[in-house]
Amino acid sequence: MTQEKIMRFILIGFVAILAAGPLYLETYYTELFIHMMVLGIFAMSLDLLIGYTGLVSFGHAAFFGLAGYLLAIVTPETEPTAIWISLPVVLAGCAIAAAVIGWFSVRTSGIYFIMITLAFAQMFFYYFNENNDLGGSDGMFISNKPLVGWGDFQFLDLENTTSLYYLVFAGLLASYFLLRTILNAPFGQVIKGIKANEHRTKALGYNTQNYKLVVFIIAGTMAGFAGFLEAASSGIVSPGNLHWHHSGIVIMLVILGGMGTLYGAVFGAFILTLLQDKYTGMVELMPDFMSGMADHWHLFQGIFIILVVLLVPNGAVSLLAKISQALGKKEDAK
Amino acid sequence: MSDIILKTVGLYKQFGALSAVDHATIDFKQSEVHVIIGPNGAGKTTLINLLSGDLLPTGGTIHYKDQEITDLPPDQISLLGIGRSYQKTNIFPEFTCKENCWLAGQSRQGSSMKFFKAASRLKEVHVRAEKGLEMAGLTSQANTVASAMSYGEQRQLEIAMMLATEPDLLLLDEPLAGMGTEEATEVTKLIKKLSEDHTIILIEHDMDAVFAVADTLTVMVNGAVLETGTPEQIRASKAVQEAYLGDEDGDH
Amino acid sequence: MDFSTFLIQVLNGFQYGFLLFLVASGLTLVFGIMGIINLAHGAFYMLGAYLTYWLIGYTGNLFLAILGGILIMAVLGYLIERLAISYLYDRDHLHQVLLTYGLILIIDDLQKILWGTDFYSVPVPEILAGGIQMTENQEYPIYRLFISVVCMILAAGLYVLINKTKLGMMIRAGASNREMSQALGIDISKIFAIVFSLGVTLAAFSGMIGSPISSVFPGMGSEILIVSFVVVVVGGIGSVKGAFVGAMIIGLADTFGTVLLPEFASVVVYAVMAIVLLWRPQGLFGQT
Repeated sequence: MTQEKIMRFILIGFVAILAAGPLYLETYYTELFIHMMVLGIFAMSLDLLIGYTGLVSFGHAAFFGLAGYLLAIVTPETEPTAIWISLPVVLAGCAIAAAVIGWFSVRTSGIYFIMITLAFAQMFFYYFNENNDLGGSDGMFISNKPLVGWGDFQFLDLENTTSLYYLVFAGLLASYFLLRTILNAPFGQVIKGIKANEHRTKALGYNTQNYKLVVFIIAGTMAGFAGFLEAASSGIVSPGNLHWHHSGIVIMLVILGGMGTLYGAVFGAFILTLLQDKYTGMVELMPDFMSGMADHWHLFQGIFIILVVLLVPNGAVSLLAKISQALGKKEDAK
Repeated sequence: MSDIILKTVGLYKQFGALSAVDHATIDFKQSEVHVIIGPNGAGKTTLINLLSGDLLPTGGTIHYKDQEITDLPPDQISLLGIGRSYQKTNIFPEFTCKENCWLAGQSRQGSSMKFFKAASRLKEVHVRAEKGLEMAGLTSQANTVASAMSYGEQRQLEIAMMLATEPDLLLLDEPLAGMGTEEATEVTKLIKKLSEDHTIILIEHDMDAVFAVADTLTVMVNGAVLETGTPEQIRASKAVQEAYLGDEDGDH
Repeated sequence: MDFSTFLIQVLNGFQYGFLLFLVASGLTLVFGIMGIINLAHGAFYMLGAYLTYWLIGYTGNLFLAILGGILIMAVLGYLIERLAISYLYDRDHLHQVLLTYGLILIIDDLQKILWGTDFYSVPVPEILAGGIQMTENQEYPIYRLFISVVCMILAAGLYVLINKTKLGMMIRAGASNREMSQALGIDISKIFAIVFSLGVTLAAFSGMIGSPISSVFPGMGSEILIVSFVVVVVGGIGSVKGAFVGAMIIGLADTFGTVLLPEFASVVVYAVMAIVLLWRPQGLFGQT
C-alpha cells in the first residue's frame, strides 16, 4: 500500500466512525464529539492561514468568540431565531471584523504579524470582558438554540443532541471540502506561492497583500462559523472564548496534528480533547490527596506542548506518514 | 522616438550617503538587447530593481511605452509585460518546476481571486508553463522539486518562470552567474533566440557573452552612466577603457 | 481638569511608561539579538511579583526580597534558555512562539499551586511611604517617583551596557552577524544564554518593583505582555530606543485614556497602535 492509500484509508475510517457516532456514543461522549468537531473546524480555518499561507495568526480566537457574542445578541430570551437569519449575521460580522484586523495585519509579516493579531484579539477580549451590557466576565447565555425551519415547521430540532451532532458533522465535512476546493482553485495556488516565497509571488504580478487579506477574511469567517456552532451547542459564550490562550490552544492543535493538511488540524483537535478528557477522568480515579490535580490540566498541557515542539515538530500526521512509509517498505520487501 | 520602449530620466537612488544610482538617463529601444556593464558596485542591480519596482527611486522618473511607471509596485509592473529574473535565485523551492512555472503563467489569467474552479482546468496556463519550461530547456525536469536541482538548473528555472509570464520586455540580472561553461553557452543561445521577439535589458559580467548578444551597451560607474553606444563605440571609447575595460584587460 | 490633576496624570503616565519600558526592553532585546519572541515574558513579570510577595514574608524587607528575586530569576532564565530555547534557534518562529506559550501554561499553573488564586498586596517600604504635597488635597506618592527614577537609571545602564561595554559589543556583533562572531571566537551560545537571562530578569524586576502599587494576582502576566507587545510594535521591534519612545506614548495614552474616555479605556492603546501602524507599518524606529 502506498502512503497516500493508507492515509485515505485512515481518513475514510475516521469519517465513518464520526458518521456513526450517535449510534454507539453515550450522551456525554456525543457532546464531547460535537465539541471536538467544532474545534476541528476552528483549527482547519487556522491551518489555512498558518499551514498554507504562512501567516501565523495569534488572534484567531477573536472571531470564534465574536461569533458567539453575535449569536447571543441576535437571539432573544423568549424565542428562537431562525438559523437562516442568525448564521448570515454572525458570518458577516466576523468577516467584517477579519477585514478590519486583516487590513492592518497583512501589511506586516513574520513576528510582527504574530504580535499585531494577538494585540487586536486582546482588544476584543478586553472589550467584551469589561462590557457589563454583554455580561462582563461572565459572558452571555443563548437561551434558545437556532431554529432550523420555517415558522412552525422545524426541519431539525437542535435541542436534540443527535440532530445537533449531525448538523456539526455536516458543517465539518462542508468546511473541509470548501477549503479543499479553494486550495485547488487559482486562489489556492497563489496563497501557497505566498507561503513559499512572497517576494517572488509579487514579482510575478500578484498583489500579495490583497490575497493575504482575502485569505484572512475567509479564515476569520470560518472561525466564526465554528464559534457559532460552539455557542449554539453549549448555549453560552464567555470572554474566555476569545482570550489569547484559546488562540494558543488552536495553534497547538494545528501543529500537533500537522500543519498544511487540514485533516491534521482535526486530528489535533481530537487528540488534545481526548487527552484532556482521559486526564480528568483518570484524576477522578486517583486517591483523594491527588484529586486537586484535576485543576492542573494546564501544567500538563504546557509540558505536553513543549515536548511536542521539541520532539514532534511536524505533528501527528508526519508520524502516521513515517509509519505508513515503514509499512510500505515491508510490503516492497515481500 | 516611438521606438523607445523604456526610458529613465534623471533616475537616482540614495542609500544613506551613497548614491547607488546617480541621475541615470537611459533610453532603451524596442527589440534591442541593451546590456549594462560596469564594475561591481556600479549600481547595475539597483537600476534593475528600480525598473522592476522592487525598489522605489529617491528621484527621477521611469517611463514604459506611454506610461509613467516610476512608483508602481512590482506586481503592477509585471502585469504591464515587464518580466525579470533575479541575480540571486528567487524561486519557489518546495514546488516542482512545473508548479513554479504554473504560478507564473497563472498571473496572466486575469485575477486569481477564483475560489471554486480547479486551477488544473486552466488550459492556457498549462500551455504557458510548458512553453516556459521548454524554452529554458527544462521540460524533462518538469516534475522535479526545485530545491533538489543543481544551481545552474535553478537559474534556468528562474528564466523559465519569467518566460511563462509572457513578457515583452525582459530584465535579466546576471543570468549566467554561477553557471558552468556548457550551461552558459546554452543560456547565451537562449538570450540570442529570445532577442528575436523581445526587448532585453541585460546585466552581465561575462564579456564574451555580452559582445555576442549586445545591440547597445551602457557603461555604469559609481551609479552614474559613463557612456552609451554600440559595442564598437564602447570598445573604442577612451573613457570606458580607462574606467573599466582597461582594468579588465590588465587582469588577463 | 485643573493643572495639578493634569500634572499628576502626566507623572502617572510617565511612571507607567517607565515600567512598561523595562518590560518591553527585555522583550525587544531578546528578539533583536536572538530572533526569539518570548510569549512567557509576561509570566516572568508575574513570577517576579509573586517572588517579592513571598520573599518579603521571610525577609520583611522589599529590597532584600527584590535582590533574592533577581538572583532566582536570573538563574531560572539561564536554565530555560539552556534546556529548551537553545534547541529552537534554527526553527520557525511558530515553534518558538509555541514553546514559550507552553512555558506560560506551566508557570501559570505552578503559580496557582504555590500561591493560589488570591490577590495579594505588597506594602510600600517605610522610607518611601508618603507623598509630595502638590496642592492642598492632592499629593503624589513618593514610591511612584522612586519607580520612575530607578527605571531611568536602568534605562541609562542598559544604554551603556549595549553601546559601551565589551559584552554589549559582543551582543551587537552577535545580532548583526552570527557567523562572524563565531569566527572571531565569540561564544554565541553563551551570549544568548546571558541575554535571555537578562531579558527574564528585566521582566521579573519590573514585576517586583511594581508590586507595591499594583496588587499581585494571577492574570497580571498576560495583561502586561499584551501591552508590551503594543509598545514594541509601536516602537519598532528589536529597537531599544523604540521600546522607550513606544512605552512613553502608550503609558501616557493609557493614563489619559482612562481619565478622558473611561468607556473606551481598554481600547485606547490599541487605537494608538493602529494609528502608528497606518503611518509606519514597521513601527516608529523599526527597520523595513
